[in-house]
Amino acid sequence: MLAVYLAFTDATSGSLHGNWVGLQNFTDEWKDEIFRRAIWNTFLFTVASQIVVLLGAGILAHALIRDFRGKWILRFLILLPWAAPIALGTLAFRWILDPTFSVVNWVLVHTHTLGAFCDVTNISNCSETSPPNWVGDPTLGKLSIIAVHSWRVLPFATVIFLAGIASIPREVDDAAAVDGATGLKKFWYVSLPLQLPIAIVALLFGIVFTATDMAVAYVLTHGGPFNSTQMITTWSFTTGIESGRLGAGAAMSLYLLPVLAVVAIGMLVAARRAEVA
Amino acid sequence: MTAVARRTPPRRPGARSAWKRNGIPWLIVGPFAIVLAFPFYWMLITTFKSTNELYQLDRNPFWWHEGVTGANIGDLFHNTPYVTWLENTLLIGVVVVAVTLVLSLPAGYALARLSGRWGQSMGVGIFLVYLIPPTLLFLPLARVISDLGLTDRKGSLMLVYPSFTVPFSTWLMMGFFKTIPRELEDAALVDGATRIKTLTRIVFPISLPGILTVVIFSFSLVVNEFIYAITFISSSENRTISAGVPTDLIRGDLVLWGSIMASILIPSIPLAILYNLFLEKFIAGFTGGAFR
Repeated sequence: MLAVYLAFTDATSGSLHGNWVGLQNFTDEWKDEIFRRAIWNTFLFTVASQIVVLLGAGILAHALIRDFRGKWILRFLILLPWAAPIALGTLAFRWILDPTFSVVNWVLVHTHTLGAFCDVTNISNCSETSPPNWVGDPTLGKLSIIAVHSWRVLPFATVIFLAGIASIPREVDDAAAVDGATGLKKFWYVSLPLQLPIAIVALLFGIVFTATDMAVAYVLTHGGPFNSTQMITTWSFTTGIESGRLGAGAAMSLYLLPVLAVVAIGMLVAARRAEVA
Repeated sequence: MTAVARRTPPRRPGARSAWKRNGIPWLIVGPFAIVLAFPFYWMLITTFKSTNELYQLDRNPFWWHEGVTGANIGDLFHNTPYVTWLENTLLIGVVVVAVTLVLSLPAGYALARLSGRWGQSMGVGIFLVYLIPPTLLFLPLARVISDLGLTDRKGSLMLVYPSFTVPFSTWLMMGFFKTIPRELEDAALVDGATRIKTLTRIVFPISLPGILTVVIFSFSLVVNEFIYAITFISSSENRTISAGVPTDLIRGDLVLWGSIMASILIPSIPLAILYNLFLEKFIAGFTGGAFR
C-alpha cells in the first residue's frame, strides 16, 4: 500500500512525507528514455532467458528421468548453479568475462577464432587483436546478462520438469502404446499436453525470478555502459536509493505490477489444471 | 499384453545396449553439465592460484603452473570482514527459519482444516502475497525501517524476510496438511490425545518433507537476498555475504579475484550438498504442496 502511495508523491529520502503529485511520477517516468529502455530490457532479458531455459530444461529432464550409470554426478553438476547465492554467482561471471583477463577471450584468441567470432557477431571494437569487452559493450552486456539469468534458472526449471514427468502415471504410457501412438505422435498428443501445466509453472517461476531480479544486472554491468543494460529493478534502485528520489523509484517498480498480475493468474490456472489432470 | 511386454523389454547384456543406455544420456547431458558447472571449476582454479599468475595471459589458464596456494583464502579470512558476514548470514538465517516455522505451521494447519470457500480463498490470497517481489517493496519498506529506527541493524532483515517466507511457507504447508487424512487425527483424538499432542506426534512428523522444504526455502532466501541487504544495511559489519562480497570486496582498482572466488565457493559447496541430499524431498514438497 505504501508503495502505491509513495508513487503518487514527490517524496525524497530525508523528508518523511511528500506532497501528493498525482499521476505525475508515472507520466514523467514514461517520458524518461532510460526508463523506457529499462522496460524493454526487462522484457527482452526475461523472454530470451526463458526460451533458453525451457528448451534446456525440457531436454535435460527427459534425459535425466532415465536411469543410467553415473547419473548422480551429472545431476550434481547440473544443480550447482542453484546453490550459489545469485549475487555471488554473478560476481564469478564478472571475473570470467573480465575486460582484460576473460577466460572466454583467452580461448577465442588461442584457438584463433577471435577474428571469425568478431566478423560473425559484428561487434564494434572487436578484431583479431582486440578482444571484445563482454560487460562493457551494450550488445554483449545484454547477451551476458541473458546468459547469467539462463544459467541461474535452468537448474530450478529442470527440477520442476523432472517432478512433472515423474508424476505422469506409467499407465498413460501403456495406454498410448496400446492405441498405437509412438514417437513424435505420442510426444505431441500425450506427453506434451500432460507436461504443459508443469511447464507453465516452471515458466511462471522463471518469469518472476528474472523480471524482478536486480542482482544480476546490478553486479554484472551496473546498468551500464551508459544505462544501456538497465532493467526496471536496477533503474528504480538507482533512482530511488542512489539518487534519493523515492517517489519516482517506487512508481517505476510499480510498472512491474501488470506483469505479475498476469503471472499470478496464469499460476492459479495452471495449478487448477494440474489438479484436474 | 503388449503393454506389459513393452514395459519390460528383454534386455540382453551386450555392449551395444549398455552403450545406448548409458552413453546417450551422457552425450546429451554432458555438454549442459560442462557449461553449468564451468564457473565453479573456474572459481576453484582461481581460488588456489597466486594473484601474480592470474594476470599472465601467455600461459594456459585452466591449470596451476606456479603451484597451489592457500594465500587467497587466508587473506579472505584475516584481512576482510568475511567471517563476520558468514556469522551474520547464519544468525539471520536461523532466526528467519524459526520465525517462519512458528508462524506458518499453525497457519497452514488452520487453513487446511478450515473447510469451505473461506479457507480456499484465504489460501489463494496468501499465495498471491508471495508473488509480490521484493523489488516492488524495497523503497516503501526502506521508509518503514527508518521509521522503526532499524536502519543499518541486522534486526531490519530479521523483520522483513519473514514477510516473504511466511506466506509461501503457509501455502506450502497448507497443501501438505490437506493430504493427511482427517481420520488419522480423529483416531488419535478418540484415543485421548489432545489437539496439540495430535499435531506434534502425528501431523508434523508426517509433514516432515514439507517442513524441510520450508527450512531450506527460508534459509536460501536469506543467503540469496540482495536488494534489502544492500538497501537497509550500510555498514560493513552488519552485512550478509550476498551483500558484503559484491560491495566491499570489489572496491578500488585492485580486485583480489582469488579471495572473491573463494568467498563464493565456501557458501556454495555446503548448499549444493544440501540441495542434492534433499532434492527428492524438495520435489515432493513443491509438487505435493502446490498441486495436490
